[in-house]
Amino acid sequence: MTMQAASTEIASRTAAIIDEMKGLEGPLLPILHSIQEEFGHVPKDALPVIADGLNLSRAEVHGVVSFYHDFRAKPAGRHVLKLCQAEACQSMGSDAVAAKVKQLLGIDFHETARDGSVTLEPVYCLGLCACSPSAMLDGEVIGRLDDEKIEEIVAEVRS
Amino acid sequence: MIPRIYIPADSGALALGAEKVAKAIEKELQERGVEAKIVRNGSRGAYFLEPMVEVATDKGRVAYGPVKPSDIKSLFDSGFLTGGHHKRWLGAPDKIPFLAKQTRLTFARCGINDPLSLDAYKSLGGLRGLQNAVAMAPADVVKQVTESGLRGRGGAGFPTGIKWKTVLDTAGAQKYIVCNADEGDSATFADRMIMEGDPFVLIEGMAIAGIATGATKGFVYIRSEYPHAVATMNKAVAIARKAGVLGLNVLGSPNAFDMEIRVGAGAYVCGEETSLLNSLEGKRGVVRAKPPLPAIQGLFGKPTVINNVISLASVPIIMDKGAAYYKDFGMGRSRGTIPIQIAGNVKQGGLFETAFGLTLGEIVDDIAGGTASGRPVKAVQVGGPLGAYFPRALFDTPFDYEEFAKRDGLIGHAGITVFDDTADMLKQARFAMEFCAIESCGKCTPCRIGSTRGVEVLDKVAAGIEAEKNLALVTDLCNTMKFGSLCALGGFTPYPVMSSITHFPEDFKPAPARVAAE
Repeated sequence: MTMQAASTEIASRTAAIIDEMKGLEGPLLPILHSIQEEFGHVPKDALPVIADGLNLSRAEVHGVVSFYHDFRAKPAGRHVLKLCQAEACQSMGSDAVAAKVKQLLGIDFHETARDGSVTLEPVYCLGLCACSPSAMLDGEVIGRLDDEKIEEIVAEVRS
Repeated sequence: MIPRIYIPADSGALALGAEKVAKAIEKELQERGVEAKIVRNGSRGAYFLEPMVEVATDKGRVAYGPVKPSDIKSLFDSGFLTGGHHKRWLGAPDKIPFLAKQTRLTFARCGINDPLSLDAYKSLGGLRGLQNAVAMAPADVVKQVTESGLRGRGGAGFPTGIKWKTVLDTAGAQKYIVCNADEGDSATFADRMIMEGDPFVLIEGMAIAGIATGATKGFVYIRSEYPHAVATMNKAVAIARKAGVLGLNVLGSPNAFDMEIRVGAGAYVCGEETSLLNSLEGKRGVVRAKPPLPAIQGLFGKPTVINNVISLASVPIIMDKGAAYYKDFGMGRSRGTIPIQIAGNVKQGGLFETAFGLTLGEIVDDIAGGTASGRPVKAVQVGGPLGAYFPRALFDTPFDYEEFAKRDGLIGHAGITVFDDTADMLKQARFAMEFCAIESCGKCTPCRIGSTRGVEVLDKVAAGIEAEKNLALVTDLCNTMKFGSLCALGGFTPYPVMSSITHFPEDFKPAPARVAAE
């Protein structure tokens, strides 16, 4: 697909999402979540379409997208691994867990492995504070991380 | 009767392997040709026993936990479907000391049944509060909530009834009920547990709030880190709508009330009420200056009740059993019960709902059973990332809004994180500043810039560069942040920082001296 065609494709799929949701009260966040679900990230080419559809300036839309940690500017890896780094997990050694995972995957937080297998992110609390240290792999929750569980996770994202 | 097996589908239980346990039980049932009904309940909150599997027997429920998939064969061999003995046997769940010692009002039903069974909800007293409310004048509902002494459980502790009265008294063609389910504080999971384990109690509480104030539309703003809570709430709202609990005629009354579930996008600051309102409107989650109060100009500029999940979920029992019943629990100006969330380095972590007034020491030593690591307790952070660190010397502090304030702390959303003696309090103080820098909405200078400067100055202290002078600078900076910030993020970040410096000065000594001392 040429760049031009890809951008037209994004615009038309974005427009369909906007049409479906713009009747909501305060529709921008639900629209952005849907776009991210559709494309795996919020493509730059979608922003002017949203601005037109909701009668906002492009700057306003950019301001909202860039404010929230969840919205990605580019696609994530095939797996997304989030490690909780908040206080309850700190008290149970989340620092050491993060160091080990980074070493095994060869990437730092906010990075994606070269082969596109996994994106590693910190998260500040998953509400699993009585089962620390905790993590979320592709939306599935994992508690009481230990060496064995870390190795299982690494093997899974690599497979 | 076909045996019934209860396996929690609460996130905490899932994180500890409940799904694998459920699969292993299904497989075992099939292999043995035994018929049984599996119910996926919520969690009762004793996470040190999760996954806790229960079986309904002639003599009532019998619990087993923590169950591993490898236990399943021997459980069946021990006759667990009839409550047989096994090394994981815990007996009747309500006799387990951690659960038996609690006073469950808000969490009375949580973890007992299938959270999406409206019949089960009604069989345990559900909807009685709403039934009473629809038969009353709105002002009387507000009066009952005010008299119960219920205060905002999100952290600020503002009297719920007074907030409602302001909205009731403010004219508006459209009013809203907004539920703050952006439970971002580390050590807190009460909102998540109730949404996953007893969603109808929140829906009922919101409908009562709507009837009491004349609001016809509600929103629950749930953080995106809680996908299971989002899914359960969405299903529960659809069921409630179908059953006439929500809609144009709530429980057949002339009152209309409906609601929507909305999902946040990973911004901690959106737990602050005005920033949450901006986010719901589709804007950046930037804090608004008050006044105007949200009760007067809230969502889309309309009069809005914005309450925490636990505040709203505590309303049905108040409307069912009366203000006096609820008010009888507690101490001083802190009335009723509070779900204390025991987290971090503890032997017995989980949710412990109790009347206000237990001391911090009782919670940490007796109920939590000390640290998981077996090492001495060094510090306990009460109230999440913006709460103070308490040393053992302050363990006599009773769990009460005012008593914690007197000791330069706060109870916040009632999460407590226990640290053992390996904790480095300088590192914790630095993290508090770093977290504030990551999550600041950027609106006010003390928070936006102060947090970054705080990290830099604390790094200098850690490096032993003019430690005394730099600690004085941090103290001054905290003072500016505390009094100069618009909201609790910048305003309360000084609590963990200053309490670390005050109570654990040895951790802030210059590096060479710290090495020499060891």
